[in-house]
Amino acid sequence: MNTIFKIHGGIHPDEEKQLSNPGTVLDAGLPPSLILPLSQHIGKPSSLCVAPGDYVLGGQLLAEADGMVSVPLHAPTSGTVVAIEPMPVPHPSAMNNLCLELECDGEDRWIEYAGCEDWRVETPDTLISCIRAAGVAGMGGAGFPTAVKLMARDRLPLQTLIINGTECEPYITADDTLMQVDAAGIVEGAQILAHILGVEEILLAVEDNKPAALDAMQKAAKARGGDCNVMTFPTKYPSGGEKQLIEILTGKQVPTGGLPADLGIVCQNPGTAVAARDAVCFGKPLTDRIVTLTGRALARPGNYRARLGTPIEHLLTVAGFDPSQNQRLIHGGPMMGFALESSAVPIIKTTNCILVPTEQELPTPPDAQACIRCGLCAEACPASLLPQQLYWYARAKDQEQLERHHLADCIECGACSWVCPSHIPLVQYYRAAKGMIKESKTEKIRSDRSRDRFEARQERLERETLAREAQRAARRAAAEQKAAAGGADDPVAAAIARAKAKKDSASDESANS
Amino acid sequence: MLTLLQSYPLFAALIALLGLGLGFGAVLGYASVRFRTEGNPLVDQINQLLPQTQCGQCGHPGCKPYATAIAEGGAINKCPPGGQETIDALADLLDVEPQALDAEHGEEKEPNVAYIREDECIGCTKCIQACPVDAILGAAKLMHTVIADECTGCDLCVEPCPVDCIDMLPRKGGIEHWRWDLPEPNENKSSIIATDRAAA
Ligand code: SF4
Ligand code: SF4
Ligand code: SF4
Ligand code: SF4
Repeated sequence: MNTIFKIHGGIHPDEEKQLSNPGTVLDAGLPPSLILPLSQHIGKPSSLCVAPGDYVLGGQLLAEADGMVSVPLHAPTSGTVVAIEPMPVPHPSAMNNLCLELECDGEDRWIEYAGCEDWRVETPDTLISCIRAAGVAGMGGAGFPTAVKLMARDRLPLQTLIINGTECEPYITADDTLMQVDAAGIVEGAQILAHILGVEEILLAVEDNKPAALDAMQKAAKARGGDCNVMTFPTKYPSGGEKQLIEILTGKQVPTGGLPADLGIVCQNPGTAVAARDAVCFGKPLTDRIVTLTGRALARPGNYRARLGTPIEHLLTVAGFDPSQNQRLIHGGPMMGFALESSAVPIIKTTNCILVPTEQELPTPPDAQACIRCGLCAEACPASLLPQQLYWYARAKDQEQLERHHLADCIECGACSWVCPSHIPLVQYYRAAKGMIKESKTEKIRSDRSRDRFEARQERLERETLAREAQRAARRAAAEQKAAAGGADDPVAAAIARAKAKKDSASDESANS
Repeated sequence: MLTLLQSYPLFAALIALLGLGLGFGAVLGYASVRFRTEGNPLVDQINQLLPQTQCGQCGHPGCKPYATAIAEGGAINKCPPGGQETIDALADLLDVEPQALDAEHGEEKEPNVAYIREDECIGCTKCIQACPVDAILGAAKLMHTVIADECTGCDLCVEPCPVDCIDMLPRKGGIEHWRWDLPEPNENKSSIIATDRAAA
């Protein structure tokens, strides 16, 4: 057993995990239509390859990856494409984005697909293209294209693959459930990923509040042979943050602005591991996922296997939603999720939880009061930042100080807001400040380019004027030279002479006639 | 010589100081030649802060000329594309009081990008000549188009177009440009302790 290290800070909010009864997967059924956003991942939106009116089978390609950092999108069932237009998507902005609406025909007919017979003999590049073609994107949160993450192997020497089954956020039990029902799939997926990355060590990380999942994982790891190491550690929020988990398991800190790959580590979510296994072994595209539907406004909370694009209102009906009890709808967990304005939005590849709490359960936060500089937030911060300082700088929009205080290391876990006795929505300040910094950086790049282009143009114009002037001067000089060279060569004199000659000959002719 | 110096310590001190002065003078003189900065560093610093839209709304033919004017003591509040943020940054750099944007030169707007309705373009090349950053591509009597990534949204191409086929569209409309807002600071509205609030 490896040693476990401690991280700074962290909190212990009520877990509320039993509410969604981890370990059982329920079926969310087939809704009448699916709404599939073309941007369910980080990177460029997928580019469409079907048109309204097309009939598609389950598993058929709807949109392909557009460039390197992008993933394709597949039909989760058979039906007709009825619309391609901007529709509400699960995004904190509550804005619309381009979606494809698929009217299900209820027959659920699928294309034939097949995977590799034995992935152990395939080259990593072949396996990466299988994963890429299946549209796998990180299913834990951000939705980074998995194939791109795996390509870190070309740049850096890697030693360790971590499967992050921490799932430290309250309420969410999707990964917990997956670990209980498909531990073998996770372990095999992890072995495939390790094979691709060329790493020896696989760490399967499970927090100690999930004994059933831990047990299942240990059994599966044993059954599949010895290169998997199941590790468990005390429950604390947010141990599941990538950088935090790496510190817990290895004692190493990911440098500011760096990636785990810089330490030779790659982290993946259990759901992603299973999706990678499905892609490689069966050639199955990613078209469904387990979503935790939870909160006390639901009569039947639980973990549901739902097709991507299922509208949340359909899921709420399936789970027995009582609208009188509820005041808000949260995409994700209570700490890091965001509120949705409409239940018409669909679930996407990154949706791990839909939380519909009652008012008693998750009260509306009271008005923020002034910061009393109690320092509790700094004690709670898992990234060892100074949240109250960041708060002041964010308010003052002081980007320089924000960067000096490592705002970029903030994982937006919400631990600081959770402990703040003044109920200051600290994370919201950091999100805004990060957006501000990102924007001014892109604007800076833009304006630098404009300056260069402006100056280049100025220079070109100047060059052109000079060239024109030089040309004119040269012509003038040439003419003057000719004039100076003698009357015979003088164009004016020559013209006059010519005219004279003509006149003379004309008068001669008239005299002759 | 040595004995002379020993008997007149004042001389010794003077000579030493003179020597030091000459030595450092030579070093400084050399440095000022060797490490000479080209151009006017203040103008460049100011130009760094200007938005480089090159729109001329400030009354100067581009950002650099305006930067030169500011360096010579001109007002810092004439650049509408930069808006208050640029004014504040300039005030910070020049250590003067920030002012409000001079409304005479226009008001702060969301950045735009030019879009040529291509089937209406007659290929007159007038817009190319107007564009300060060479963001328009085309040739005489052929269709023209804007390289959206390079367009600064300066509006200068709109006026010369004889068939009015250039639209200015918002550059940051999409979901990918959305950012979280800073929360409203609340403590100014309500009071420090909860019971105060009920009374208010
Ligand atoms: S916990 Fe809240 S009140 Fe205390 S120092 Fe941090 S921001 Fe201020
Ligand atoms: S949200 Fe950021 S600042 Fe607050 S505790 Fe988490 S990492 Fe620290
Ligand atoms: S108004 Fe601003 S952006 Fe426009 S030219 Fe002047 S300094 Fe540049
Ligand atoms: S394309 Fe038009 S609006 Fe854009 S930079 Fe050129 S002249 Fe200005």
